[in-house]
Amino acid sequence: MAVTPLRSPLGRAIGLGSAKEGVEHWWLQRITAVALVPLSLWFVIAIIRLVGADSDSVRDWVGNPLPATMLVLLLIATFYHASLGLQVVIEDYIHAELTKLGLVIIVRLGCVALAVAGMFAVLSMAVGTSS
Amino acid sequence: MRSANRPLSPHLQIYRWQLTSVLSILHRAAGVVLSAGAILLVWWLVAAASGPDAYNGVADFLGSWLGILLLFGWTLSLFYHLCNGIRHLVWDTGHGLDLKSTYVGGWLVVGGTAALTLIAWIAGIASWAS
Repeated sequence: MAVTPLRSPLGRAIGLGSAKEGVEHWWLQRITAVALVPLSLWFVIAIIRLVGADSDSVRDWVGNPLPATMLVLLLIATFYHASLGLQVVIEDYIHAELTKLGLVIIVRLGCVALAVAGMFAVLSMAVGTSS
Repeated sequence: MRSANRPLSPHLQIYRWQLTSVLSILHRAAGVVLSAGAILLVWWLVAAASGPDAYNGVADFLGSWLGILLLFGWTLSLFYHLCNGIRHLVWDTGHGLDLKSTYVGGWLVVGGTAALTLIAWIAGIASWAS
């Protein structure tokens, strides 16, 4: 028996459902998760080695190319992943539309702001322009 | 038969908890804790970039009992979310979704979290003492 497709050929090609959204959220959550496996393990090991270090040692360490790169990648992956995850938590538990929308916007903007602040701090230590 | 007294499902007061559902909600809770902990990471980096006074303020806080408690909670949440996240990634490939595998994987996650947290703190204390 032939199956009659319910969607138009164009609709099938675009692959979006009624929410007008594809799998970007799900997919980016996984990509950032995979990135965070080595990044977070590296970070924990780096922090263990820095226990008790003074301000100058930390600045010298961040100034090296590898730590600076890894920290920037860690910040991007962490706050992207957190933003996606917190959005789902909000969407699951908050049912008042206006509150939900407001919280999702606050989380999204907050994650961007924190990621930018962190990256600026790393880069300022890496290129030595701060005090 | 009155329908008003029927329990709702899942009725949390009489719900029989299982490993799978507990680990599921803990994954989400750990994610929220880690999001809050990420603020600490940014605070630490910004303080280090700002200079010794700001950095010493953060270092003093992190060295206090409250700071150490927060760091311990952060480490525990990180290793749990990491181990269980890998379990989720395996599920995404379509493997390990039968009842037995979900329990074996769940206990592996619990053991892995405990082991990694313990190793990290022993290494951290050794690094601090040296």
